[in-house]
Amino acid sequence: MSCGTYFGRRRLFALIGAALVAAATTACERRPGTAEADSTGDILVGVYASLSGDGASFGQSSLEGIQLATEQINTAGGVLGGRQLRLLVEDDQSRPEEASSAVTKLITQDQVVAVLGEVASRRTLAAAPVAQRYQIPMLTPASTNERVTQVGDYIFRICFIDPFQGEVLAAFAYNDLEVRRAAVLKDLQQDYSVGLTDAVVRHFTALGGEVLPPVSYSTGDADFRAVLTQIRALDPDVLFATGYYQEAATIVRQARELGMTMPILGGDGWVGDALRNGREALANTYISNHYSGDNPSPVVQDFVSSYRAKFNREPDSIAALSYDSVKVLADALERAGTTAGAAVRDALATADVAGVTGQLRMNEQRNVEKPAVIQEVTYADGEVRFVYRTTINPH
Amino acid sequence: MDTFLQQLINGVSLGAIYALIALGYTMVYGVLRLINFAHGDVYMLGAFAGYFLANALNLDANPSVLWAIAVTIGAMAICAGVGVLIERLAYRPVRHHSRLTALITAMGVSLLLEYGGQVVFGATPRFFPQMIRSETYAIGGLQITNQSLLIIVVAVVVMFGLEFIVHRTRIGKAMRATSYNLPVAKLMGINTDFVIAFTFAVGSALAAAGGVMVALAIPRIDPLMGLMTGLKAFVAAVLGGIGNIPGAMLGGLIIGLMETWLSATAYSTYRDAVAFAVLILILLVRPAGIMGSAVTEKV
Repeated sequence: MSCGTYFGRRRLFALIGAALVAAATTACERRPGTAEADSTGDILVGVYASLSGDGASFGQSSLEGIQLATEQINTAGGVLGGRQLRLLVEDDQSRPEEASSAVTKLITQDQVVAVLGEVASRRTLAAAPVAQRYQIPMLTPASTNERVTQVGDYIFRICFIDPFQGEVLAAFAYNDLEVRRAAVLKDLQQDYSVGLTDAVVRHFTALGGEVLPPVSYSTGDADFRAVLTQIRALDPDVLFATGYYQEAATIVRQARELGMTMPILGGDGWVGDALRNGREALANTYISNHYSGDNPSPVVQDFVSSYRAKFNREPDSIAALSYDSVKVLADALERAGTTAGAAVRDALATADVAGVTGQLRMNEQRNVEKPAVIQEVTYADGEVRFVYRTTINPH
Repeated sequence: MDTFLQQLINGVSLGAIYALIALGYTMVYGVLRLINFAHGDVYMLGAFAGYFLANALNLDANPSVLWAIAVTIGAMAICAGVGVLIERLAYRPVRHHSRLTALITAMGVSLLLEYGGQVVFGATPRFFPQMIRSETYAIGGLQITNQSLLIIVVAVVVMFGLEFIVHRTRIGKAMRATSYNLPVAKLMGINTDFVIAFTFAVGSALAAAGGVMVALAIPRIDPLMGLMTGLKAFVAAVLGGIGNIPGAMLGGLIIGLMETWLSATAYSTYRDAVAFAVLILILLVRPAGIMGSAVTEKV
């Protein structure tokens, strides 16, 4: 009996081995992207998002925005003569290495024609080289780090970039809040935070303000009292927290607990569900953002009401950008007339679509130049609201 | 000067957290000579138990000190049970094998709890409900929250409580006897299985209390929260002299203060590395720890 099992197992291993070899050779034959584009059937679109982990709020909002837009496009008759968009979604657990393997899987196994994602720049930067290598267009809704689209000519984005965002934040602080002495807390592990910090420091100094040496922390830190105490001793009149929402909520709270009452400013990375854990401490904080749900324009209000109807909550800027990303992709597919990677890339490079987050006109660097809004963060009854303050245009 | 004193307060409240967890390491080591690496993860389970209990009672909307105490006791009871279960299922079967076997088992249990936690609770950090209204007391230019004060007070009380149990009670005597020589203690009629289970129950309950209180002060909890905190508490226990109760307290405070002062310099991102450098240094220079001696009186 045991002898039989032994042989049975050996045979099983041999079979698995043979299957693996076969799969590997088939994979080599079917070079994704370069193969002839399918002309019938559903169009497969890959989505990689942080549906769990530190950035789960980003992933959730992003996916919802993408789903809403896809549903609307499909109901309206799809693209390329009635073909439906079909989403294939991978969770990268908020980890860069998972992001890169998720995109590899989407491209090599699922044979998607384009990839949407990510929100956090670090994860997009980890996955973009994969898309570039396989020549599959990648469109990121919300990664603002400058380097993202520099990875290659298949990588596009539909949001502003951090050099601009930093300028906006610095200008608002200097001109509107009239503060002169700034402290900066940055997340050393996130390309986004590092890039945004550089931009804020550069522009605030250029305006004539003084910036204290930036203080670093790491994603996942929960105790900022020591660094905040140190910052407090230097007596700044504004604090920039350039990281993501999880840590921002804690930083704001602990700063207020230490008696630091100065305005605290952050970027679009603050837009996440967990920011509400900052509670009352969120008073006197401001962020730069991509879009404001208060905007009375019918395009925005239509989006807000259909999002609310489908998901029973208010859309945030990540959801809005992700919604727009599908619209831009669908438009590019339509104009390319095919799902072939190179043709879709060329169409994306000339995209010019009126989106919820503004006019999405692709420039030479595969970025979109859009105005930014400054919002005041308010907290009441357990909910955070971003109240529109001003719009700052690119120049 | 204000800044120095404020950092002292920050450091002591962080150190008290490490001390509370280090006490659990030290207790188990004292009796079994086992580094219970799963201890930090029991601390995590304690925070999650508190999270679910507090949310079931809707304490976020109606903060109440009495209910907060009830939640803490509930979490302690749950984790005491978990601790006993871990001992019974994982450690007892390998008790008569080499100490290395037990150590590897402990790492296995730790990984099981961390990644099992990710499956059950999800990897997304959660925010712990505010069972007690956060209040900040200002003394001159110094700020301390009621939650930090609570942690410090509880850590000190627990330390004296443990000293009392170990040195003044019957079960404490049995623990010391078991620690001194397990087979002989058994021959003398001591129910060593019970003593060991009791040790795990108390240690795990302490970890749970620590988990709930830390989550109150720093309300972000996730399944991997026990990993780094647990390791640093372990360093604290070794630094103070593992097996020695006041030593665990002292070690915790030293690690907490060091980390705080380092965070305040330009080298803030090296603070984890420094904690482990201390571990290496202490093992090289004085393996018995600060309060330990060559013939340490073990718990």
